[in-house]
Amino acid sequence: MARSANDARRSLLPGAATLVLVTILLIILLRVENQKAIIALLALSVGAVIAANRLGLLKPVAHSFSEREDMLGLLAIVAMLAIGAVFHEDHFVLLLVCTVVLYTVATLGLSIQFGYAGVLNFAGASFFGIGAYTAAVLNQHTAIPHLLVLLIGGLMAALVGSLLLLPVLRTRGHYAALVTIAFALLFKTFLEVSEVLGGPQGIQVRGMTILGWSFNDNIEIGGVELSFYLNYFIMSMIIVVLAFVLVRRLERSWIGLNLDALRLDETAAGCFGLNIVRWKITAFLLGNFLIGVAGTLHGMVVGFVQPNNYTFADSLVLVSILLLGGIGNPWGVAVATVIVVIVPEKLQVIQEYRFLLYAALVVVVLLFRPEGLLPRPVRRYFPGWQP
Amino acid sequence: MDLGLVAQYTMNGLMLGMMYALVAVGFTLFFGVLDVIKFSHGDVLTVGAFTALASFIGLQSIGLTSDAVELLAMLVAAIGAMALLGALIARAFILPLRSAPALNTLLITLMLGTVLRESVRLFYPDGANPKPFPRLLPADSINIGNFNLRLDNAILLTVGALVIVGLQLLLSRTKLGLAIRAVAQDEETAKTMGVNFNAIVLTTFAIGSALAAFAGLMNGLYYNEINFGIGLYLGVVGFSAAIIGGLGSIYGAILGGFLFAGLQTIGAVALPFASAYKDVFAFAVVIALMAWRPTGLIPEKLSERV
Repeated sequence: MARSANDARRSLLPGAATLVLVTILLIILLRVENQKAIIALLALSVGAVIAANRLGLLKPVAHSFSEREDMLGLLAIVAMLAIGAVFHEDHFVLLLVCTVVLYTVATLGLSIQFGYAGVLNFAGASFFGIGAYTAAVLNQHTAIPHLLVLLIGGLMAALVGSLLLLPVLRTRGHYAALVTIAFALLFKTFLEVSEVLGGPQGIQVRGMTILGWSFNDNIEIGGVELSFYLNYFIMSMIIVVLAFVLVRRLERSWIGLNLDALRLDETAAGCFGLNIVRWKITAFLLGNFLIGVAGTLHGMVVGFVQPNNYTFADSLVLVSILLLGGIGNPWGVAVATVIVVIVPEKLQVIQEYRFLLYAALVVVVLLFRPEGLLPRPVRRYFPGWQP
Repeated sequence: MDLGLVAQYTMNGLMLGMMYALVAVGFTLFFGVLDVIKFSHGDVLTVGAFTALASFIGLQSIGLTSDAVELLAMLVAAIGAMALLGALIARAFILPLRSAPALNTLLITLMLGTVLRESVRLFYPDGANPKPFPRLLPADSINIGNFNLRLDNAILLTVGALVIVGLQLLLSRTKLGLAIRAVAQDEETAKTMGVNFNAIVLTTFAIGSALAAFAGLMNGLYYNEINFGIGLYLGVVGFSAAIIGGLGSIYGAILGGFLFAGLQTIGAVALPFASAYKDVFAFAVVIALMAWRPTGLIPEKLSERV
């Protein structure tokens, strides 16, 4: 008994240490403004990761993440809250962190579609946009409680997604990709020409209010003024934790098993009596729901929606995050989102070139490491289970 | 509606159809030899159009003013460069991924397309804004009633038709065409019969990309304006056209191209809502068609082995 407790502590240590290191690195990265220092910091961390990989230090980390996921998940939440606390009055950084968190939620949605069921969706940003526009319209014209608006935003994305169900279900592979690409282009053109939705200029989104608590006012506790983005940060954290738990439970359950079977071999899955149509619908709509919820909150955080934020290129960014992180691994998604969202914001030199860089990065990843930075591990039905 | 207007719309539809058909034929060719969809095809078209524009500006700066010579040089530059680019893409990115899952090929060509598109936007001087394209064909026009037949449009249409006929002859009458058809039909058998598989694949990609460059030039000459996004649009439309006709058949692709242009023209003319919605309509039609006939009007002969 004593030995197993000792083992547990030992397997927890590498993961916890990595989390602490990454958190400190992130805080420094977010704090530093000097461009040269940022480049040095990034180069240093890339070098450190490569060196750690060479020395075999990453294995125990991966081991500890698969053994003690629940504990490390809690630690990760604490780490995020710590970041929030450090930057409690910095509007820009908190906005950035909110964006990271909400993009993670959206990419988790995509990961259900791509990673588990193998249903392609190249219109991620469009569904994100549907959520945001829903928030804009509902907050402006109705008195629906804003928590409910979050839910409605997600449902709207799923509903619009269900219009695409028939072509998505009937097509496979490249053909299915075309359906969503066409939708992404259609959606942006539609937003641009639709006068009700503000055309190319876009529209304002009213901030969130829950039970009279307006999210757009700064908070004052005991004389310390906190940024109003902290409200949104907490809300985003709640959503990401829920989404993360959902995706994790889904993967571990028999539903996840069905979805995997579907992705790996549709014909064989059908032969063994799996209802292909039903699971494809489930994965597609559930994924869109998550993307929509993230988009709704993001719309309220940013306070403004316009067609140019929801282009095909943005959809490809979401797919890039997924591929970079490792399809089907939620931790990989989180890491990749941090890289993809924060680095170009901090490093102004590459801001303009970001779409080009992401695309080139994905090409390189596909050629040399198709499984992504953090490949999806073998499914564990419960922590500590050895397959 | 009077006859002149109808003729005008028909002419416009034919021009669009020719461009779509040229792009669609490329998709069909690639699908034939390698069973892949190359999503960067449209962006190759963009790069082709910009290459043509750049060579025009280059020629202007060395003081050349003859329209015909300029046009010929643009054509040669765009077609040559894109044929090379197409073969390069096949060599470096598509052939190495042959044994990987289909999703990877799809993603790599999509991302490659983004790289091309973004490169044009960022590295072509002021590439983010639409660029004027020179008017190099004679702009005389013949008036028949209300219908105004512009000479440059007639020339473009004729040359486009000649290119397609030429391609058809190349595929059906020459040894190269025979090899391409053999590879498309059965890779293994073609190899045993002494066909150099890699060389044929690269040649096919070069031909397809050259067609895209031609379509890009045509697009520029027709609208007198190009921007970095035309390829994405024409790529999606061309792919839809190829699918509508059924992938793998040249005739199908041509038919699909004109059919799609027809639908679009009807959408712009006959539908009750504003013409601003014509692209929304076009893409909605693409999606609806995919739902109705997931593998095209003339489906590929498909028997899946498991």
